[in-house]
Amino acid sequence: MSRAAPAGAWSRDRRSPGKSIALHLTLIAASIVSVFPVAWLVLTSLKPRTVIETASVAPIDHPTLANYTQVLGETRFLTWAANSVVVSLITAVLGVLLSATTGYAVSRFRFPGFRTVMWMLLITQMFPVAILIVPIYNLMAGLGLINQFPSLVIAYLTSTVPFCAWMMKGYFDTVPVTIDEAGRVDGLSPFGTFWRLILPLAKPGLAVAAFYSFITAWAEVAYATAFMTGDDKYTLAVGLSQFVGQHKAEWGLLTASSVLIAIPAAVVFLLVQRHLVTGLTAGATKA
Amino acid sequence: MTADVVATRRAAPRSGARRLLSRHWYAWAMTAPVVIVMLVLVGYPLVRGVYLSLTDATEGNMGRTIGMNVIPSTYEFVGLKNYADILTSSEFLGRLAWTVVWTVVCVALHVGIGLGLAMLLNRPMRLRSLYRILLVLPWAVPAFVSAFIWRYLLNGEFGVVNAMLRAAGFAGIAWLDDPFWAKVSVIACNVWLGVPFMMLALLGGLQAIPRELHEAAEVDGATPWQRFRHITLPGLRPVSNTVVLLGTIWTFNQFPVIFLLTKGGPGGATEILVTYAYRQAFEGIRNYSGSAAWGMVILALLVVMATVYRRALRQQGEAW
Repeated sequence: MSRAAPAGAWSRDRRSPGKSIALHLTLIAASIVSVFPVAWLVLTSLKPRTVIETASVAPIDHPTLANYTQVLGETRFLTWAANSVVVSLITAVLGVLLSATTGYAVSRFRFPGFRTVMWMLLITQMFPVAILIVPIYNLMAGLGLINQFPSLVIAYLTSTVPFCAWMMKGYFDTVPVTIDEAGRVDGLSPFGTFWRLILPLAKPGLAVAAFYSFITAWAEVAYATAFMTGDDKYTLAVGLSQFVGQHKAEWGLLTASSVLIAIPAAVVFLLVQRHLVTGLTAGATKA
Repeated sequence: MTADVVATRRAAPRSGARRLLSRHWYAWAMTAPVVIVMLVLVGYPLVRGVYLSLTDATEGNMGRTIGMNVIPSTYEFVGLKNYADILTSSEFLGRLAWTVVWTVVCVALHVGIGLGLAMLLNRPMRLRSLYRILLVLPWAVPAFVSAFIWRYLLNGEFGVVNAMLRAAGFAGIAWLDDPFWAKVSVIACNVWLGVPFMMLALLGGLQAIPRELHEAAEVDGATPWQRFRHITLPGLRPVSNTVVLLGTIWTFNQFPVIFLLTKGGPGGATEILVTYAYRQAFEGIRNYSGSAAWGMVILALLVVMATVYRRALRQQGEAW
């Protein structure tokens, strides 16, 4: 209970050993729950089919890479992965390009129509797939775009554009208004302020919005299942369901391909995560 | 030309209607891309969806092109029949009740567990960044992969959860094949993958609360509970308001977890409104009009929810 403790360590100094142990035990338990499913996925993907189907609880049993060679060599996994990347990348780039200025405008300006735009952004984000999927499907069918990537990109933009605008508004809100004011005093137009001062500061925010668009498109199931009818056009989410159909379940293929998807996704995600947090805090103060 | 316009605007008086107008001009120009995209990509399909929901369109009478032959649409306008059918069906109340339970339980657990973990992580300790990475992991895995992972973990025959139960001497549970346990399973899976987002968002909120507030309260003799109640919770409000609303919407609309984990089964036990509407439109004989009507009913529910929520915020004086 020393009041003289330096401000930076106000909490650790006063925690009793018992509390420390309880804190770490809780966090360890939570971490196990959090990691176990993924860890078990990796372990299972290394087991041969015969072992998987005996439901053994041994973490490692006859380790083999057979599932991986089969996924990469005998299925269309790589085609699906490429499809997913193409669709997600286009969605992310378009989403950010379209929404950046709007995010800034609703963060800084109060203009006639402001509330309408905010409402629109909020409401469209709430749109469940069930509302738009039927009309969009019919429109795409009319345009002959079913089983074509543009139909998926268009469907994804309906949700990523409002979401990106909303996110970037939040990000721009954290950039001090004093920066804008300084720019305006120096004679920049509102657009110039945005383009030259705020946008460079907001790069982490743009990256994060793009990243979110990317993973939204990457992990989307409903549109992809309904729109992509040929197995050369499947995205990963649709393709993987083929491994565990109603009649047979190829758990080996499923787990191996899940690992191949999840590991790069997780690595990229954790990197972006750090970028997000430091970017959020450092971006504003450096200026 | 453009230079002239800019010059004129610069020369305009720095106060009054003209300056207001030029400011709004910028704001409108900047919001235009999103507004246009939304009108074309959301507005038009939405209007068409409303129209479809007032017809009897199905796979059979919808116009289509087969090779060179164009088959015209033969569906007809039937007024509010689809809506009447939905609101009087027993299906509707059952789906709605389960959707509400699903949403409330999931969001409560997301926020409760997320806040707990965020508060644990928001103190100086060893291994903090390691814990953080481990706890964020479920979010880093794409949701559809998580759904497949859980489908495997909870598999009645080969699943490790049952294998562990059996090893410990209990009988296995039909996680995905029993109506009650299937509900528990989808909630467990969704909580697992939703907590990290809440944890990170709330952790960010906690770190934005000035430490001096806590220190001052402590000097004044406030108990930990009082500090939590009167400093932490109010300080978190800007973040928590947003994430609770987002979390509610996401969970209400959560498609992949239920669709991939149980397909809405067994016997429709885990079918929420969204997955039900989807299956109407794309499984069996495709009932486009019925599904569109379900979609509109869902949208109406969400708008009501958002309005109520915004009222509540406005009463706290925090609405835009």
